[in-house]
Amino acid sequence: MHPVLKLITQRIALGILLLLAASVLIFVGTQILPGDVAQAILGQSATPLAVANLRKAMGLNDPAYVRYFHWLFAAMHGDLGHSLTNGADVATDMTGRMLNTLFLAGTAAVIAVPTAILLGLIAVRYQGRWPDKVITGVTLATVSVPEFLLGYILMFFFAVKFRVAPSVAMINESMSLGAKLHAIMLPVAVMVLVVLGHMMRMTRAAILNVMQSAYIETAELKGVRPFLVIFRHAFPNAISPVVNVVMINLAYLVVGVVVVEVVFVYPGMGQYLVDHVAKRDVPVVQACGLVFAAVYILLNMLADVISILANPRLRHPK
Amino acid sequence: MLLEIRNLQIGATVHPPGEPSRDIVIVDGVSLTLEKGRVLGLIGESGAGKSTIGLSPMAYGRGGVRITGGEILLNGRDIRKAGPAGLRDLRGREVTYVAQSAAAAFNPAKKLMEQVIETTLLHGLASRSEAEARAIKLFGKLGLPNPETIGNRFPHQVSGGQLQRVMTAMALCPQPELVIFDEPTTALDVTTQIEVLAAIKEAIRDTGVAALYITHDLAVVAQVSDEIMVLRSGKMVEYGPVQQIIEAPREEYTRALVSVRSIEHEEKTPVGEPVLAVKGITARYRGTHFDVLKRVTVDLRPGQTLAVVGESGSGKSTLARVITGLLPPRAGTIRFAGRTLSADLAGRSKDDLRELQMIYQMADVAMNPRHTVGTIIGRPLEFYFGLTGEAKRKRVQELLDEIEMGAGFIDRYPAELSGGQKQRVCIARALAAKPKLIICDEVTSALDPLVADGILKLLLSLQKREGVAYLFITHDLATVKAIADSIAVMYRGEVVRYGTKSDVLAPPFDDYTDLLLSSVPEMKIGWLEEVIAHRKMESAGN
Repeated sequence: MHPVLKLITQRIALGILLLLAASVLIFVGTQILPGDVAQAILGQSATPLAVANLRKAMGLNDPAYVRYFHWLFAAMHGDLGHSLTNGADVATDMTGRMLNTLFLAGTAAVIAVPTAILLGLIAVRYQGRWPDKVITGVTLATVSVPEFLLGYILMFFFAVKFRVAPSVAMINESMSLGAKLHAIMLPVAVMVLVVLGHMMRMTRAAILNVMQSAYIETAELKGVRPFLVIFRHAFPNAISPVVNVVMINLAYLVVGVVVVEVVFVYPGMGQYLVDHVAKRDVPVVQACGLVFAAVYILLNMLADVISILANPRLRHPK
Repeated sequence: MLLEIRNLQIGATVHPPGEPSRDIVIVDGVSLTLEKGRVLGLIGESGAGKSTIGLSPMAYGRGGVRITGGEILLNGRDIRKAGPAGLRDLRGREVTYVAQSAAAAFNPAKKLMEQVIETTLLHGLASRSEAEARAIKLFGKLGLPNPETIGNRFPHQVSGGQLQRVMTAMALCPQPELVIFDEPTTALDVTTQIEVLAAIKEAIRDTGVAALYITHDLAVVAQVSDEIMVLRSGKMVEYGPVQQIIEAPREEYTRALVSVRSIEHEEKTPVGEPVLAVKGITARYRGTHFDVLKRVTVDLRPGQTLAVVGESGSGKSTLARVITGLLPPRAGTIRFAGRTLSADLAGRSKDDLRELQMIYQMADVAMNPRHTVGTIIGRPLEFYFGLTGEAKRKRVQELLDEIEMGAGFIDRYPAELSGGQKQRVCIARALAAKPKLIICDEVTSALDPLVADGILKLLLSLQKREGVAYLFITHDLATVKAIADSIAVMYRGEVVRYGTKSDVLAPPFDDYTDLLLSSVPEMKIGWLEEVIAHRKMESAGN
């Protein structure tokens, strides 16, 4: 077997193992929450007999590991259970929410990733001079401001003062792509500002590290233009660390921006999760946890695979 | 006149920790001229400023180095007035560069062909297909295997010697007027060096390009240059035709360079019980499937020196790892001072460890930069003999005297020492344990010839006084001749020739020893052609 294929297979196997471990943690976590699910469903006024019957019907008297495997087995078949509060099928409910979140995160990523890398390249080109200082300073500032505050600031200026963007990012299936993009302008802007700094700084640091290499001197002595030296000779050798930080930020865009969704009342996963945590809707919380864990693991696995593929020593062994 | 440098001044600003920044002079008042098609050798020890001068026709300074005065006339115009765009235009078109370590100078993420033709395309000198055709022709001329397809490989997929030739092709591809060779063969094995050297010489002759050839090895530069400039501490010492420099040097310093390696060492006959007896050692690294050492058997008598010679990959450093217990062998035994040593480090007694010391090639990474010389040498005194306080300090001073460094160094840090002094401190540290055997792993390879000479003399005099035995690992045959009592020649994990120095170095030779011996550059014009004509065997590096 080609060594690259072997490495990638290892990574995927490891990813699956990690996801299983995460599912155990999520299950255990929701089990040790205080309170009884049957009691929660039936309310404070339920008779003890009714609660006992419901517990039996829901299989809550089974040992924990039996319940875990029931849950896991069902989840693997796409059955994430039913919401305790409205009885709706969690999988169906979540699909639409997930697509919305991916749309928002995807739009933010499409803007943030190339911008971050380009800014990183520019910062290296003018290292220690004013473009570098401006880029580093501004991105540090946007990273440091909490996202909800950033959200409200943008809302104040662009929705209230200049009236160029809606303050509430409501979208639905009947809207055209253009209308949807217009609706999510502000949350996208917030998310871009939040992840830009981290990615840009890592790109800058990774490339600066490579700039010390002898082959950079070779390129300079060939008469290659400074920006081209960075782009053509330094950047390809800095891909691995850059991809890793990009993927962590993409994962953050999907699972970490709950607050942004809530601020802009966006119908995505974040809002969905927050709503149901408040109602102690255990199946929904478990399902969200599982999906978020899967996204994190998948993106990091992807980062590993890209890093492996970007290494010519692994791709083309001797 | 292609290149004329007048009264060149090069300086840099240094920022020593804890002190104010200050300007230093690296090159002071050097002038030279170079006509089309001629080769000028720049020679000197490290710090002589030869690389800095070599890069000046491209107006390039490494780090904070900058040209502060003088004129650099390339084809009649002063390139100091060219400006950034003018310099980019000249770099890679009129002047190209071949670096010391091609392995580091190639971009690991790009195919060789892409890098070789980059300059040609960048300056619009030819179309892509023309440039590739040129490159393939050069690959062939430089004796690279499969010239048609080698360009599709990545740098890590070809050997060091081949890479150095590809780099030469890269420099010649845009058909420049001047090529700067900066120690192009220094990082190579001796048998590979000579092939690369021959290829470079032929390419220079065939293309009619002018060259600056930078090296610290006078014998090497004598093979390729028309003229030689000897440099020391940024100043010119002597400048003249090759023949005059080698056969009739005028300056004291040049004479020292020419006659370096003049150590007289009387070979000792192997008598007495061996202090070290290595028997049938076979070893391989974890996770690999071939033996790096195959049935290696050698003996070493007390107070004598066994030199282990071979090229990189021959297994000589692995042998040191096995003897020190870092790599337990798959088969074989090691007897040391009359007892059998445990195969792995954990099973060895404190006395085993004490009596078997090591000195390394890179003295500066073998010392903790935050420890003073006193702490470094005092550590084994404390560890093995429990010396502390005044007793320890007194013994450290004795050891410093033994390595001819004086007590003034006791509170200095490694960063404040020269390369030779650092290696001396490492010798003192090994000596502090009162060992019976010291393994010296390429201890002079990173040093300039004159400094290396001093270290070898010190080692010999210490041996006489302390009766310590040396296992001396090296790839340099001149060093072997200077210091060894017996020699083991290693090739691909096996000892191919073993005996007393006079036996091993006397004909008839086996093919490999012959190749190795004949590859050592001699200070003689025309030596290279003679050797190439008489080769029996290809080098292992290719």
